[in-house]
Amino acid sequence: MMFDRIFEKDVAITGVGQSEVGRPVARSGMRLTLDACLDAIADAGLTRADIDGVACWPGDNNNGDAFSPVGPNALIGTLGLKVNWYGGGYEGPGPLAGIINGAMAIASGLCRHVLVFRTITEASRRKVDKNASALTNKTIGRDSSFFWQWYTPFNVLSAINLMALYTQRHFHEYGTTPEQLAQIALTCRANAALNPKAIYRTPLSLDDYFASRMISTPLRVLDCDVHCDASTAIILSRADAANDGPNPPIRLEAIGAALHQPWSWDQIDLTATAARDVGEMMWARTDLKPKDVGSAQLYDGFSILTMIWLEALGLCPRGESGRFVEGGRRIARDGELPINTNGGQLSGGRTHGLGYVHEACTQLWGRAGERQIAPHHVSVVAAGGGPLGGSVLLVRD
Amino acid sequence: MTRKLPLLTEDNSPFWQGGAQGRLLIHHCADCTRFFHPPAPICPHCGSFEVTPRAVSGKGKVLSYTINHQAWRPDLTEPYVVAIVELAEQAGLRFVTNIVGLPAEAVHIDMPVRVRFEQHEDVWLPLFEKDA
Repeated sequence: MMFDRIFEKDVAITGVGQSEVGRPVARSGMRLTLDACLDAIADAGLTRADIDGVACWPGDNNNGDAFSPVGPNALIGTLGLKVNWYGGGYEGPGPLAGIINGAMAIASGLCRHVLVFRTITEASRRKVDKNASALTNKTIGRDSSFFWQWYTPFNVLSAINLMALYTQRHFHEYGTTPEQLAQIALTCRANAALNPKAIYRTPLSLDDYFASRMISTPLRVLDCDVHCDASTAIILSRADAANDGPNPPIRLEAIGAALHQPWSWDQIDLTATAARDVGEMMWARTDLKPKDVGSAQLYDGFSILTMIWLEALGLCPRGESGRFVEGGRRIARDGELPINTNGGQLSGGRTHGLGYVHEACTQLWGRAGERQIAPHHVSVVAAGGGPLGGSVLLVRD
Repeated sequence: MTRKLPLLTEDNSPFWQGGAQGRLLIHHCADCTRFFHPPAPICPHCGSFEVTPRAVSGKGKVLSYTINHQAWRPDLTEPYVVAIVELAEQAGLRFVTNIVGLPAEAVHIDMPVRVRFEQHEDVWLPLFEKDA
């Protein structure tokens, strides 16, 4: 991949915000959204009148479903925004699509300050329906989805079955072990202990991991992220408008959004997935190298996906993620590559994408309190699984 | 075991109904002579519209598998095997299915398998069993 114009260099993050994170939180999806967005706008030193764009993934295409109860359409009027551009929708490069789309809107001259947000109320919903958001296709009658029709007839009813197929293949091809995989869950839990907003904070041992319930071999319940109610918001600003606020701007050094394979969960490379294309694209857009990365916030909707991202982003060689995370020392908060420093989604809560961006910025700004890791200037965030994938390389100069 | 069935279309019905004649029908391109899946009106390899469903041997091997333990519906009380089977005709030609007819613990990657159809209404699901 060759690129002669790197649009994201014209864009920086100037503020972040997040609502209460809980399981559940007694607030509506809209109230959580407002909490996060107003927090982020204030953090950037802006007012509502400064926001001229709104981006979200996946938006309210799920019609108010707990997976995404609030989209840009509902937020704009509620918050009294006057925008030049807004966008949502599921069909994009995964949970970071809002960041990528918002950055494109700024770089193309449509906006100066874009509000990117992501709200999720799956914890509240699961009080009513315990399978809410675990089941992937709730259509009534026959399955007409262009992709789920290939899975639901075989009672592949949750994404975990597909993730388990990736995991088993990774074990087979590279000799990765369950003990190695467990280090993702254990590392996240250790980090969550220092995050007052995390859902699960009690210590977790390898024995606890192996005692946890098997869902779809070899994946256990502790390999799955934990549903929560939360909203997260990020302010993107044009580079020439990013120096006026209280925070040092965090530049978007490079983004990855490529998909050079079918949008399919089983027709792609099972152990590299779309993440491979995303990683290749991101590094083709910067002179920085994987060795420059000081912290990594890597999607852990399922633990295997963090392993896949480690390899896809070149943070370890392909097939080596098991040996890289073995024992947990390298990926610990005082290790050579701290990951998921707020507990990830496995223990921190399934904020679904933007939570990683929020944490990366919090660490780069040195505002992480008790869980603050060593000072660093470069952080990588990647989110998604299977055909969904996006990444962003963040730099605080 | 109940199944959530696919909505049949002109493109997908050969795959889901070929089992009525005991045939596993996979789309094939006359121009580049390659199979592809899922079925579509155009060959994703070469862009040709000269595509037709063609019967394959129904033999293949397990590329990956998982034993599902979670009862996503009240009737799914027994563990079942979800797998990706790669067909013998072409490297990379594969789809998600179930492995049936042997204990779940006996399934392994690279195990040879052959198709066994299971009818539900007007759909013949291509499941796979161990090929001796």
